[in-house]
Amino acid sequence: MVAVLQVSDLQTHFFSFGGTRVVKAVDRVSFTLHEGETLGLVGESGSGKTTTCLSIVGLVPRAARIVGGSIVFEGEDLAKKTEREMRRIRGRRIAMILQDPMASLNPLFTIGRQVAEPAFFHQHLRGGALRARVQQLLRAVRIPSPEWRMRDYPHQMSGGMRQRIVGAIALAGGPRLVIADEPTTNLDVTIQAQYLDLLKDIQRELGVALIFVTHNLGIVARMCDRVAVMYAGKIVEQASVRELFDDPQHPYTRALIGSVPKLGSKEPLYAIPGQPPNLASLPSGCHFHPRCPHAEGRCMTEEPGEFHLGDGHVARCWLLEHEAEAPHGRTRP
Amino acid sequence: MAEPVLEVRGLKKHFPVRQGLLGRGVASVKAVDGVDFAIHPAETLGLIGESGCGKTTTSKLILLQERPTAGAIVFEGRDIAALTGKSLLAYRRAVQMVFQDPFSSLSPRMRVEDIIAEPLEIHTDLSRGAIRARVEEVLDLVGLPPDVAPLFPHEFSGGQRQRIAIARALATNTRLIVLDEPVSALDVSVRAQIITQLEHLQRTLGVSYLFIGHDLATVAHISHRIAVMYLGKIVESANSDTLCARPLHPYTQALFAAALPSHPDDPRPDRTIAGEVPSALALPSGCRFHPRCPSAMPVCSQVEPVLQVSAAGHQVACHLY
Repeated sequence: MVAVLQVSDLQTHFFSFGGTRVVKAVDRVSFTLHEGETLGLVGESGSGKTTTCLSIVGLVPRAARIVGGSIVFEGEDLAKKTEREMRRIRGRRIAMILQDPMASLNPLFTIGRQVAEPAFFHQHLRGGALRARVQQLLRAVRIPSPEWRMRDYPHQMSGGMRQRIVGAIALAGGPRLVIADEPTTNLDVTIQAQYLDLLKDIQRELGVALIFVTHNLGIVARMCDRVAVMYAGKIVEQASVRELFDDPQHPYTRALIGSVPKLGSKEPLYAIPGQPPNLASLPSGCHFHPRCPHAEGRCMTEEPGEFHLGDGHVARCWLLEHEAEAPHGRTRP
Repeated sequence: MAEPVLEVRGLKKHFPVRQGLLGRGVASVKAVDGVDFAIHPAETLGLIGESGCGKTTTSKLILLQERPTAGAIVFEGRDIAALTGKSLLAYRRAVQMVFQDPFSSLSPRMRVEDIIAEPLEIHTDLSRGAIRARVEEVLDLVGLPPDVAPLFPHEFSGGQRQRIAIARALATNTRLIVLDEPVSALDVSVRAQIITQLEHLQRTLGVSYLFIGHDLATVAHISHRIAVMYLGKIVESANSDTLCARPLHPYTQALFAAALPSHPDDPRPDRTIAGEVPSALALPSGCRFHPRCPSAMPVCSQVEPVLQVSAAGHQVACHLY
């Protein structure tokens, strides 16, 4: 398998008050994504998952800056690219699908024109060839009678259709990597299921790599091959999806899985105490320690590093220190 | 079984659509179109459905924010349409609401103690000291320390704000709380806190809930009974366990198929239903679900099925049964 994207030690910080206050929105994040693979980036609001994605496409807000690490995409480090160079990559080789389709579509242009834009700029298609390409893309995202619907405006479409149009725009440049940031949050459950199926089908067909940002573990279970769980700017655990659900190692991951209701089970939920931390005033040591049932003296003072548990399973927790040291992966009681 | 706290019979709400200079009614949106259910003491009824199915209109009708076109809402044996004066105030005191978004449902200019005291000032003649004591009491019930009382809402996280909203709803010895998607706007790690808290409050206070939601797993977890709505009608209602074990209506089955797995090895549904919820302005003939239904028969487009008992406590409106 070919690595499409390799993010290593990425650090994106927000600076305020003339640089006197620094918020580490993304703090030493590393992951690798292969061709045709789906990585789930899971976390709560403020965990840094969106900033991680914005760093990859070079769209971090003005107050933020990538201060360290590398983002190697098809052999090139995106963190070193100029804005001009990034513009030639975005929309062509990397595409992004955002949460709210009404906000990412322009209400004043027909959807045909908006779907055509990437093909117009990047592939220089014109006239009939451009129209044919738009219809092909709309058909790929299952818009019925695309030759008519391409003349419609976004407000004439339902929420599910709008999000499919955004999907068509993302595919227009023929990307190798698609980043979907909570694309189904605003959709109804049956429409969400249709959309997830569609994304999966398209991915299988085109072999694109997909980063799926979500707070919903159910979507991860359904869509992803690998999962990275983020908490307060750091990836606290990373594993294959099966391994993460069968054998979660970080207390936060375990708590998260235990706190989600399961269909047909009335077992009491595990309520994680406390609130997600404020990134501007993070707890010392391990950022999860105030909410962690296993926290001990060291967790409050020293930040845990990455412990490798074999098979690409990585977690940041002091509890795993001894297990990780064993030469052949894990020895668990 | 004890007398229900709230009973809804044949409830309808049609909104006229006006057009033209004279504002003539040209059509009507049948937002709620003949709904029956009952909520018993210390029971949670889950109302589930997609956007536009009428679940929010139903809650507005119960809270008297809208007047029904037809049907009755009976609270503790009395039709609420007939309530006036003191008895109406008593109803408003007994039925409260918690909204989805605690960032917009709490006034940013009021202190927590004033937010919670407001219903007490309107509905009771308690002394200032007694109100204060009651505020501290309900804060304690929802797991907040008394020293948060003088703070403003912006000083709290989403989960804490939702606790304040629940405290406000509980302040007046409430019998029924309408919860409209109370955890959807919260962070995943605090959702379980609120759900557990609501369950605990119900056990200790005997309050009833009408829990409106779209996430099947959450609604099934907290509810004793579930009613599934589609385009203004209840298509199926049953005990939560029964419904999860054996959903009968094709729409309920579709909702289960669309529900997200809790483990990657969970069996995947082979098909999800096609199409989208049609406009409430142009309802399909016969069964409202027939254009999307995988098992539609000729009769489905002609005759509208009625809600019938298929097994003990399990009702379904479908020609298949």
